Amino acid sequence: MNLVTNNKWIGQRTIRPDGMDKVTGRAQFAADTTMPGMIWGKVLRSPHPHARIRSIDTSKAEKLPGVKAVVTSKDIVDFPIEKGAVMLGIQDMRWMCRNVMARDKALFPGHPIAAVAATTEAIAEEACKLIEVDYEVLPWSIEIDDALKLDAPILHEFNKFDGKPSNIVGRLEHKKGDIAEGFKKADIVIERTFTTRPVHQGYIEPHACLISVAPDGKTTIWSSSQGQFMVRAMTAYLTGIPQSDIRAIPAEIGGGFGGKTIVYLEPLATLLAKKSGRPVKMVMTREEVMRATGPTSGSKSTVKIGATKDGKIVAAHGTFYLQAGAFPGSPIRGAAGCSFTPYDIPNLLSEGYDVCSNRSKVAAYRAPGAPIGAYAVECVLDEVAEALKMDPLDFRLKNAAKEGTKAAHGPVFPRIGYVETVEAAKASPHYAAPLGDGNGKLRGRGVASGFWFNAGGESSAQVNITEDGNVVVTTGHPDIGGSRAGIANICAELLGIDYRRVSVIIGDTQTVGFSNLTGGSRVLFASSMVVTQSTEKIIQTLRERAAKIWEIDPEAVKWENGAAHPASPNAGQFEPLTLEELAEKAPAMGGPIGAGVQLNTQGADGGFGTHVCDVEVDVDLGIARVIRYTAVQDVGRAIHPGYVEGQLQGGVAQGIGWALNEEYIYTKEGKVDNPGFLDYRMPVCSDLPMIDCIMVEIPNPKHPQGVKGVGEVPLVPVMAAVANAIYNALGKRFYALPMSPPKVLEKLEAPMQEAAE
Amino acid sequence: MTELRYLAPDTLDEAVGAFAKAGSAARILAGGTDLLVQMRSGVLKPGVIVDIKKIPELTAIEQTADGGFRIGAAVSGMALAEHRNFGKVWPGVLEAVNLIGSKQVQGRASAGGNLCNGSPAGDSVPAMVAAGAIVTVQGPDGRREMKVEDVPAGPGRTNLKPGEILVSFTLPQRPPGSSDAYLRMIPRTEMDIAVVGCGVSLTVKDGIVTSARVGLGAVAPTVLLVEDAAKALIGSKLDDAALAKAASACSAACRPIDDKRGTIAYRIKVAGVLLKRTAAIAAQRATGK
Repeated sequence: MNLVTNNKWIGQRTIRPDGMDKVTGRAQFAADTTMPGMIWGKVLRSPHPHARIRSIDTSKAEKLPGVKAVVTSKDIVDFPIEKGAVMLGIQDMRWMCRNVMARDKALFPGHPIAAVAATTEAIAEEACKLIEVDYEVLPWSIEIDDALKLDAPILHEFNKFDGKPSNIVGRLEHKKGDIAEGFKKADIVIERTFTTRPVHQGYIEPHACLISVAPDGKTTIWSSSQGQFMVRAMTAYLTGIPQSDIRAIPAEIGGGFGGKTIVYLEPLATLLAKKSGRPVKMVMTREEVMRATGPTSGSKSTVKIGATKDGKIVAAHGTFYLQAGAFPGSPIRGAAGCSFTPYDIPNLLSEGYDVCSNRSKVAAYRAPGAPIGAYAVECVLDEVAEALKMDPLDFRLKNAAKEGTKAAHGPVFPRIGYVETVEAAKASPHYAAPLGDGNGKLRGRGVASGFWFNAGGESSAQVNITEDGNVVVTTGHPDIGGSRAGIANICAELLGIDYRRVSVIIGDTQTVGFSNLTGGSRVLFASSMVVTQSTEKIIQTLRERAAKIWEIDPEAVKWENGAAHPASPNAGQFEPLTLEELAEKAPAMGGPIGAGVQLNTQGADGGFGTHVCDVEVDVDLGIARVIRYTAVQDVGRAIHPGYVEGQLQGGVAQGIGWALNEEYIYTKEGKVDNPGFLDYRMPVCSDLPMIDCIMVEIPNPKHPQGVKGVGEVPLVPVMAAVANAIYNALGKRFYALPMSPPKVLEKLEAPMQEAAE
Repeated sequence: MTELRYLAPDTLDEAVGAFAKAGSAARILAGGTDLLVQMRSGVLKPGVIVDIKKIPELTAIEQTADGGFRIGAAVSGMALAEHRNFGKVWPGVLEAVNLIGSKQVQGRASAGGNLCNGSPAGDSVPAMVAAGAIVTVQGPDGRREMKVEDVPAGPGRTNLKPGEILVSFTLPQRPPGSSDAYLRMIPRTEMDIAVVGCGVSLTVKDGIVTSARVGLGAVAPTVLLVEDAAKALIGSKLDDAALAKAASACSAACRPIDDKRGTIAYRIKVAGVLLKRTAAIAAQRATGK
């Protein structure tokens, strides 16, 4: 692979290919597709957090005029628990088949019980009410402490932990050295326990799909997801239709952030379409999204860090309990695996516990688990640095992981950019600036770092030269972070043509090779590898064609600025042959020009970021606002800097929401009490300052353009940076999220009450 | 499924007739920014919708002969903001009306709808209460006037009689040295619902408060007129002691609930904080200092 050195388009803020459609409202999202004869599907959901389903009677619903089909768990392919795991990516189909439709038990309010398709949405809703479900209501638990009690109701009776039925459904640990020995060497040890609430990814577009099943079984799915191949495979597993008969067409996606890496509606709509013979459309309401789709875990973490007087961390122990929701699979790998990774710690034990409880099954959320772990670790680090009277960035530099450091989760680091992010944060105008006068409000500054693994994996691409000498690139990944714009830059760079001549589209499952889903910050890393190799094949073809025309050796032809040239005067004197000319001559010179490459890509390097946050706290109202924020990140190589900055800013915005206001609130009955954007408070534009970005570029040597994933790291440090800033402002530490106004005010009032008592 | 009839009469008499005839199945549509949301979420399924925006009196802003204002119940926030004089005389009422929903919602949302929605957290209501607004309602038995604070009956309920439609708000003329202000506490900076809202209207003469009214929202089942807070301000120079007394009166008037939006303790404390801040802004506007 050649390292690209001629950077005409790579690193440019080119116009995004989807921009015009999105600005003018032409973009087709999942709910925008319709078909003649289409009917509507609706889901009947459990009102109970935990209940055994004794029976379901759908006969009255089926008789309602306008109802065309009803499905229950009997229609879904069962993956028996005792037969063992059937994995699709990180999802076990045993849990997926029970998540899309409850089988023997309903495990959270909102758990699907049955689905109806009818000629109108209103009839489908009415029919859902006519379905009679005989529930045996069971005791339930939602919070981690409740789910771990000795007498806690057990969600999955088959599961044993320490030999007893338990809601702990998984455990992992990363270990290095001997923490007992390590803590003995420490001059200072600080141990704290933290809690975080479940938070939702908050994508604006609710889950939606339109599905047609022809009488011969040929199935077409239009839906919004982070992976059309994931949609096809899961739908095939859960309906029994072979993958070759399912064409999954990716719609433009209105946000995913990890939450659209699993299916909810597609298997149900497929079965309803198959039963009714009519195309079936399903669109979730926001309430359904909030009740029944995956937020990320709430958590309870205990972190203990020991350091010597000179500021060296000698031992650390982290224990991270994460809510999985109804089925196993909380992101303990991210929490336990990422939190300590920026640091070279000789003695480390990091443990993750996967805890089931009666709330919706978690789905991935931007660096799954890592922000939860980093929140606890980075807050304790702040306390240790303070106790050592060290600048928190100097303390991090002193303990930073670098090339050769062995991470507890396995790898020995290659050249990484963590140190550079801390140095850049330290040298930033932000870190040097005084906090300024808050005009009665208290100001403070905090810092934190974070790590995410990043990923490679399977990608396919087809690059075709059109008859008029332009380029169409087809990849297999829904674009949630600028992959189309990045690919256009890279392809244009390699071919030496204007980026506007490269059209990048996302193929459906039957027109492009298998491509794993968009997640793990893998897409630009992986797809640019296959696009680069495809384009290099095309350039080779173009050189061969020119050589044939000129009757010289292909090695004597070079490709430059969008045309073939003789490699040197020795090769002969020929006018360059442009891409357009070679395309025009293609039929006579061997046929169409195109190439496809499919790879299981390797060599993704992890990403590191360091953030600086200033807050201002209105102490009478308890309102903390972020007034200045700088995100520094090693981005490898910023192929499209505008998009990279957008990723950094978006991650920070989500983290500020998580830190200050976002949380699932539950009623006494165990139901989500704030299933909408009014009371589930994500930040709005006016809540945030302009988020400054500093992109540190340490290219990944294993990637042709030096790409590292960038989309997930920027969420990891945020909650700790905000919490540390609030401490700096108030002199009081918070050990629970969110730091919402009532909680901040309560803490501020506490000493007054104590003094009064 | 349920039939829905939409009526948009040109006269108030027609509207009252149709509304009364349809009984409890009917709903009035002004801006629709609450009604349509409630219908979409399935909370409400009206059989008849009477749109009042085609009735001239309901969308008019009139400066009365004595210098007061009459504002049609369906006047949108944007229309009120664009009026030449209203915001100069009643800046607090205007800022409260303009806090209903987002910028986009402001093109539709009205003070009349905000009041009749019956939410204790409606932003315009505490400011209207502080302003001493009188509302005109018309029903099958004719017209009558009510104090604005007498309209809400509880969350989602009003004291309007069956068939009665809110027609307009009348705000009195203002003596020199008068102004008002509205502040609310929300966790975000916009697009949010008041955890506590506070409206204060003042007249200041020679540095002394000669009259005052205080409206408090989201701390009780209905928006409150807090007379004890007003009493604490009247006769004072808005010194710290007077403000503290008025703040205590606001906190004492609170009968809040613990819910997803705030705790009882938080709301009680914040009511007092907001009184002090709102009174300071109103006084600054009234005295030009």
